[in-house]
Amino acid sequence: MKWIRFGVPLLLFVVMAAFLAKGLENDPRHLPSARLDQKIPEFNLPTLNDGAVFVTQQDLKGPLLLNVWATWCPSCRVEHPMLNALAKQGVTIVGLNYKDERAEAQAYLQKYHNPYSIVIFDQEGDLGLDLGVYGAPETYFIDARGVIRHRHVGVVSDVEWEQNLLAIWQSLAEEKI
Amino acid sequence: MISFARLYAVAAAVLFLIMATVSIATIDVYEFENVQQEEDFSVLVQELRCPKCQNQNIADSNAGLAKDIKDRAYKLLRDGKSKEYIIDYMVERYGDFITYRPPVTKKTWVLWFGPLILLVVVVLVLVLRKSTGPKPQGSAHITDEQKQRVDALLERYEQAGEQAIAENEDQNNVQRDDQKRKM
Repeated sequence: MKWIRFGVPLLLFVVMAAFLAKGLENDPRHLPSARLDQKIPEFNLPTLNDGAVFVTQQDLKGPLLLNVWATWCPSCRVEHPMLNALAKQGVTIVGLNYKDERAEAQAYLQKYHNPYSIVIFDQEGDLGLDLGVYGAPETYFIDARGVIRHRHVGVVSDVEWEQNLLAIWQSLAEEKI
Repeated sequence: MISFARLYAVAAAVLFLIMATVSIATIDVYEFENVQQEEDFSVLVQELRCPKCQNQNIADSNAGLAKDIKDRAYKLLRDGKSKEYIIDYMVERYGDFITYRPPVTKKTWVLWFGPLILLVVVVLVLVLRKSTGPKPQGSAHITDEQKQRVDALLERYEQAGEQAIAENEDQNNVQRDDQKRKM
């Protein structure tokens, strides 16, 4: 009977410790995307440069990155040089300018260089809501069929790219061939 | 002197009134066609969770995203969609995280039934412990002869004890004397 008095609390402790240790690794701010492995939701929005030119989900056939950004988002500014470098390497990046002012966004791109092949202008955040965007910057990996294959929330840093995102991008790029 | 306390009370009341009207004003931005819609909306904003500022519902949150979700929910309600439709609509976009009432799935059943299972286990343990625990002891039966023997033994031990204490004291005194002499 003595081992029960000692063993049961020990077992409980070990189980709790295991769960808590696992919990430490979890970042509660990183939510799984509900849109994973689904097509980009339907939309019809103007481009940032020309309000008369409209883009729809049909235009987003990858492999490409859909990068959600805004001038009011400081982390987007941090991420910007990395996007420029990626564009230079031949990665197609589509911008989703999210709840922003057109003139400010245009000035921002002129100042810091434009890594985007197209920039969608989503002033009301409608496409953002349909995608489940909850914090800029977010980067969606879109495959050749226009399906969302991965979502990265937060800054695309060079470390993050090397360690996780490059492999995902390469697998999408190979699929196309 | 009395006026100070009264002044504070009046000030507090005025402040409370101002705050109450302000909070009513923020709710009144949305206008509804009927009472049902209004009720559905107030339930929705309580049950939908803000993905940006976690652990707040979209009624409490001031985040821009919470407002966007509120606006979308309002628009859908005005379009005649049901409460359930709107919750499904948001879950489709933001995942189960968005609702404070997650559906019962393989991933969430521990959340739903875990506490109940724990309760059953605890009750079972308590019941089992009670039935197998040490039985309550009845009064001991001894014969007169046995009692006399016990008394005799106790007396002997007492005497022996007293003797031992007395001897100890003697010894201590001797030791103390020895120490004194050494010093």
